[in-house]
Amino acid sequence: MDQLLQQTLSGVATGVIYASLALALVMIYRATESVNFAQGEMAMFSTYIAWTLIQAGIPYWAAFLLTVAVSFIGGVLIERIVVRPVETAPILNHVIVFIGLLVILNSLAGWIFTYTEREFPSPFADRPLFHGMITSHDLGVIGVTLCVLVLLFLFFRFTPLGLAMRAAAQNPASAKLAGIRVGWMLAIGWGLAAAVGAVAGIMVAPVIFLDPNMMSGVLLYAFAAALLGGISSPGGAVFGGLIVGVLENLVGTYLIASELKVAVALALIVITLVVKPSGLFGPRFVRRV
Amino acid sequence: MALLLEVKDLKAYYGPVEALHGIEFAVEEGGVTTLLGANGAGKTTVLRAVCGMIARSGDIRLAGVRIDAAPTERIARMGVAQAPEGRGTFVNLSVEENLRVGAYVRRERKSVASDLERMYQYFPRLAERRHQQAGTLSGGEQQMLAIARALMLRPRLLVLDEPSFGLAPLVVAKIFEIMAAVRREERVSILLVEQNAALALELADHAYLLETGKIVMAGTSRDFERHDQVRRSYLGY
Amino acid sequence: MSASFLTTVFTPHGTGTDGQALSRQARLAIALALAIAIGLPWFVSGYSTLRLTKAAIYAIALLGLNLLTGYNGQISLGHGAFFAIGGYTSAIMMHRWGVPFYFTIPPAGALSFAVGVLFGLPALRLEGLYLALVTLSMAVATPQFLKYFDSWTGGSQGIVLKKPAPPAWLAIGTDRWLFYLALVALVLVFWAGRNLLIGRTGRALIAIRDHPISAKAMGINIALYKTTAFGVSALATGIAGALGAVVAGFVSPDSFDVFLSISFLVGSVVGGIATISGALFGGFFIEYVPTLASDISDAAPWAIYGLFLLAFMYLMPKGIAGTLATAIARLRRARDANAALAGRRSGKQTLTS
Repeated sequence: MDQLLQQTLSGVATGVIYASLALALVMIYRATESVNFAQGEMAMFSTYIAWTLIQAGIPYWAAFLLTVAVSFIGGVLIERIVVRPVETAPILNHVIVFIGLLVILNSLAGWIFTYTEREFPSPFADRPLFHGMITSHDLGVIGVTLCVLVLLFLFFRFTPLGLAMRAAAQNPASAKLAGIRVGWMLAIGWGLAAAVGAVAGIMVAPVIFLDPNMMSGVLLYAFAAALLGGISSPGGAVFGGLIVGVLENLVGTYLIASELKVAVALALIVITLVVKPSGLFGPRFVRRV
Repeated sequence: MALLLEVKDLKAYYGPVEALHGIEFAVEEGGVTTLLGANGAGKTTVLRAVCGMIARSGDIRLAGVRIDAAPTERIARMGVAQAPEGRGTFVNLSVEENLRVGAYVRRERKSVASDLERMYQYFPRLAERRHQQAGTLSGGEQQMLAIARALMLRPRLLVLDEPSFGLAPLVVAKIFEIMAAVRREERVSILLVEQNAALALELADHAYLLETGKIVMAGTSRDFERHDQVRRSYLGY
Repeated sequence: MSASFLTTVFTPHGTGTDGQALSRQARLAIALALAIAIGLPWFVSGYSTLRLTKAAIYAIALLGLNLLTGYNGQISLGHGAFFAIGGYTSAIMMHRWGVPFYFTIPPAGALSFAVGVLFGLPALRLEGLYLALVTLSMAVATPQFLKYFDSWTGGSQGIVLKKPAPPAWLAIGTDRWLFYLALVALVLVFWAGRNLLIGRTGRALIAIRDHPISAKAMGINIALYKTTAFGVSALATGIAGALGAVVAGFVSPDSFDVFLSISFLVGSVVGGIATISGALFGGFFIEYVPTLASDISDAAPWAIYGLFLLAFMYLMPKGIAGTLATAIARLRRARDANAALAGRRSGKQTLTS
């Protein structure tokens, strides 16, 4: 029983990472109807930026904030420069552009930082707490990530800009009629998604080590989590992320402890999707002919 | 009387198809102008063209400033607010959030709050449902919401696209009653597209008749009401 | 979401050069291309022949993907798995039971078809992104499955294959023989594919893609078409996989990783989704552009590849095939307009004014 709780809590710690990245995916999906497959690589690149700053002697939290700010700007620029030209193109074209972005970022990171695995510092000591139920690191990760998610929620719910962004994503034509610059709302959305991804990367790097390919597994789980929660539901994405994190951990502990655990976890998700095709919190669609 | 909106030689396009063939009309400062016509005449197209939602060419001036090449957002920021065809409701936002979106471009927070209250006075039904999700409102309520949202911009020109569409006669009458009140108290000019010619002519000072992309008649609303052909074809008596 | 996703995903490619019987010019062009293809191995090195062979094999694989994702709107990020099934079936039959290569092709195709149909069944419930995730999972899981069942697959080492030699009376090298094999397969698969897609079946697939509810109302058995489309698509890619195995001379789990599946999708879209010629252009793209990219920069070759992808999407949003079709149509219109003008000048009456 104890081990089950322990593994579950540990799963929650990875789950919040998946939840953050899943939320970033959902944010962009709601505004553009496409999934940003490059979200993981953007997060990875941000983490390298943080690493570089820390290596240069900048204190951890200053580097953290600086990286989040730079990532935000990076996200805005990527939307305006890379994504804008295909705004009106079919969605498969978006997919190819995102794949292109993914490959470019991955390759650049490998070229600039090499493929050697690096250690990434954690601001939380790794001590067991509450009779070994959870480590202080995991608790710290959960705390920071939840903080970011709550801030994001408050932003969208209670600020005028957040409202304008929601409006622009839901109904761009009406938003334009209200004078909202929909293109820039989209860009800011990408900026926020990039910032959230940066936080996820920085939080997970101490555990899985920093290398250009570190986020590909995380992205796959985040994608699965977003769909599990219902691709257009931010709350669903967070919930989905937590479930996937816990599931992965439990499968790895109790069923299969090899690489195959990825396949098994995914299989379980797939089965859920076949049973409930629009995800756990997705709306039921009535389609008009 | 100064002209707030002057439109000359307006052509509009849906892809390669020319839908408006060089039309001309105007809205007086503080006045109400209505565009009448049957289904498919191109009335909604005119409004879309004025607000920059479709490809167009011609000379469109708002208080003397050309807007025919401006994007929709800029035209809105210059003081043109439209309650579009289909209401344009933000269905997943609450009623109050819809109204706040309408006021997004305005900076002064305090007057936004008082404007909200004024909208709720014009439209008590919206006040009752202020925290309700807008998509669950009835057609009439969504139409009221669309007009209120447009008014939240504090526009110089209020553009209304078929406010009576799909609504029961009683509801329509109520809406037009409110619009008459708005016209009196808000000092806003109105460009109204309507199929319900009788109600439109009652509210408006000037009218234009649109037929397949061309203006075929222009005059005051009294002229229209007395015109035999118009009476028979559009007013039903 | 799903319906709008699908209708906005693809620009309609039902009409255009792929929708009608081949014009005389098209037939001439194909004959010319074939003649060149047949002669090519005699003018280029063995290595170049090998690469052309691989491009042809990818083209066959992509035609399968095009049929499913382009014409039928079922997005697959996992076609590498069918490529693996075809390749490993051939490899195992040759390695374990000494079956000559040619006889392994039908079973490779059949097994791929079966697995494709098996996938098509749950896929009926999934649309758009959900299907993309499931197929992506399939692609990710493929190398792991291959390593897991190592008694059959040879595990991480894979299986080494002896390339089939040309018949003794034909005095050409193995490389050229394999090229002609691939060329014959290409012609057959493309011919079969074209017949399938320009007729009733093709129209049904497109109808299902664009307006599934209307299609159903018109009596099209959606489930049957969609699962069969999955199967046929897998069949084509599986056959390509079998050919790919002998051309490479080995199969190993890591050559069928997720990036292969993603490359297939990239090739399909860059070539021109929902077209037949697009598969050919895509095959060449997949084979040649990565090495072109590393020629340009060996420090960050994939960054250059990524830039190529962006460039293609910005400049040729309808893919190579779509852009060519538009250019040809424009030339034709210009030519017809000139002819009409010339006709009028010489006093002749033209039918169109």
